[in-house]
Amino acid sequence: MAPAEIREAIIEILEDIAPDEDLSTLEDPKAFRDQLELDSMDFLDIVMELRKRYRVQVPEEDYGHLNSMASTVEYLTPKMEDIAV
Amino acid sequence: MPKDFLKGVAEEYDVVVIGSGLGGLTAANVLAREGRSVLLLEQHYKLGGLATWFKRPGGHIFDISLHGFPHGMLKSCRRYWTQEIADSIVQLKHVRFDNPMFSLTTTFDRKDFTRLLSTDFGLEESRVQEFFDTARSMNFYDDQAMTTGQLFDKFFPGREDVVRLLMEPITYANGSTLEDPAITYGIVFSNFMSKGVFTFQGGTDHLVKSMEREMIRNGVDIRIRSNAEKINIENGAIKSIQVNGREIRTKTIVSNANLRSTLFDLVGEDYLDGKFVEEAREVRLNNSSTQVYMALKEGETVDRDTGDLLFCSTAELFRTNLLLSKDVSSRTFSFYYPDIRPQGKNRYLIVSSTNANYEDWAGVDKEQYEADKQHLIEDTLNSLEKYVPNCREKIDHVEAATPITFEHYTKHKLGSSFGTKFEGLGVSRALPDQVKGLYHAGSVGIIMSGWLGTINYGVIVANDVDSYLMKSESTPLASS
Repeated sequence: MAPAEIREAIIEILEDIAPDEDLSTLEDPKAFRDQLELDSMDFLDIVMELRKRYRVQVPEEDYGHLNSMASTVEYLTPKMEDIAV
Repeated sequence: MPKDFLKGVAEEYDVVVIGSGLGGLTAANVLAREGRSVLLLEQHYKLGGLATWFKRPGGHIFDISLHGFPHGMLKSCRRYWTQEIADSIVQLKHVRFDNPMFSLTTTFDRKDFTRLLSTDFGLEESRVQEFFDTARSMNFYDDQAMTTGQLFDKFFPGREDVVRLLMEPITYANGSTLEDPAITYGIVFSNFMSKGVFTFQGGTDHLVKSMEREMIRNGVDIRIRSNAEKINIENGAIKSIQVNGREIRTKTIVSNANLRSTLFDLVGEDYLDGKFVEEAREVRLNNSSTQVYMALKEGETVDRDTGDLLFCSTAELFRTNLLLSKDVSSRTFSFYYPDIRPQGKNRYLIVSSTNANYEDWAGVDKEQYEADKQHLIEDTLNSLEKYVPNCREKIDHVEAATPITFEHYTKHKLGSSFGTKFEGLGVSRALPDQVKGLYHAGSVGIIMSGWLGTINYGVIVANDVDSYLMKSESTPLASS
């Protein structure tokens, strides 16, 4: 998966986790928490969905990388580049 | 021959969950949804743990712990259970306080508390906002040095009435005191304060039956009357579980049993390192409770303005140790109206709860115990008289539960009804470092207890288990 496809995968997960949020205006460099009503359980759900859908593991000490869309895509790129779309 | 409650059980599972409290149920459901084979064991004949109910002649159904939970339950139930369960959540809009310092009714949300504190209590609104923002920004990994008492002192020095308003409901919700870390208060209070207090329409029986149906749909193998006796460990990893005298192989175990019972009864300290055992021994259990259950006669009613939840006290000042005293001066009444708690017939129920010390009830002989129980009932009815006039004539059935009752049904040491104090969380989380594949998802650390806390902790642990199972698939164990 290329970074743009990883971004799309994250958007799909967020759509399921936060169905009431408008994701079209999301600014990638800004923290998710400053733009969306996400709590720590929502971030855990992102981690669980990544494992379920793409078999990607995000250990607890790396949760900080999921701060913004930009940092999430950057963190996941080496982990997901071999996954076929 | 006695019935075999394990008839047809498989020889091996990915996960065995011990105990069906809300944490155990949720972990089992989430893992089964992830495609794991799950065996759920419950020693009692009913699922739910302390999320439970009982029936009495005359069509009365009493809830034990369904008094109110935070708005966050809507999201957790929708996501980890079903839309149907989330849809049965309704708000309790009349939360009432009555004590020598103040009498008021609130919707129990941030907006209404801000209004009350800045008008009735005469505080600066900016100060109130600052307090709420501080409480909301707290994380469980933050500094634990500050106590809840110090937090109140910082924002509302000398205002015992404000402390009482902000603290009393939380003390009843999770047994915490002014001496506990401020972060436990901040997290729990913010959860509750965001949007008010909620409950399940239909009661605990409706909820637990919905959960059971969902688990069956997801393939959880559910076994009641199945007592986990021993966790078997080989080379530092989970090998199997012994239940009702039978051994069942499993890769992982999630214990929803009391933390201490898990470590010292099911595992045994030979399998744990010395320093960990020491830390585990120092974990303080939370207090227990007493409850008095009252059902009104057919045709008798309670006025809606009486409230859904009533925190009442005759104590001049608010002291958390007074709340634990056997000489009760403060109690919470939960009123169950027929529209929220349908019984088949139009029945009204009232449950009175107090916090209590196990030792006060365990150290007396049978005769004294029965007399103390009767005294508790009489005291409760005297207190209720103020809010429901002529209550003695209106009541069809009344009985009491004590710390001994809670111990009997949950097997929790000391009848603990709110799990452990804060330090229990660290020990619970560190368990997989001691024994590979062993996890604990019981009520710990104040923040991981209560309806929302235990459900969410079940999810957190299910995530750890699923991650461990995936790792062990990619790097096969030497033995397999």
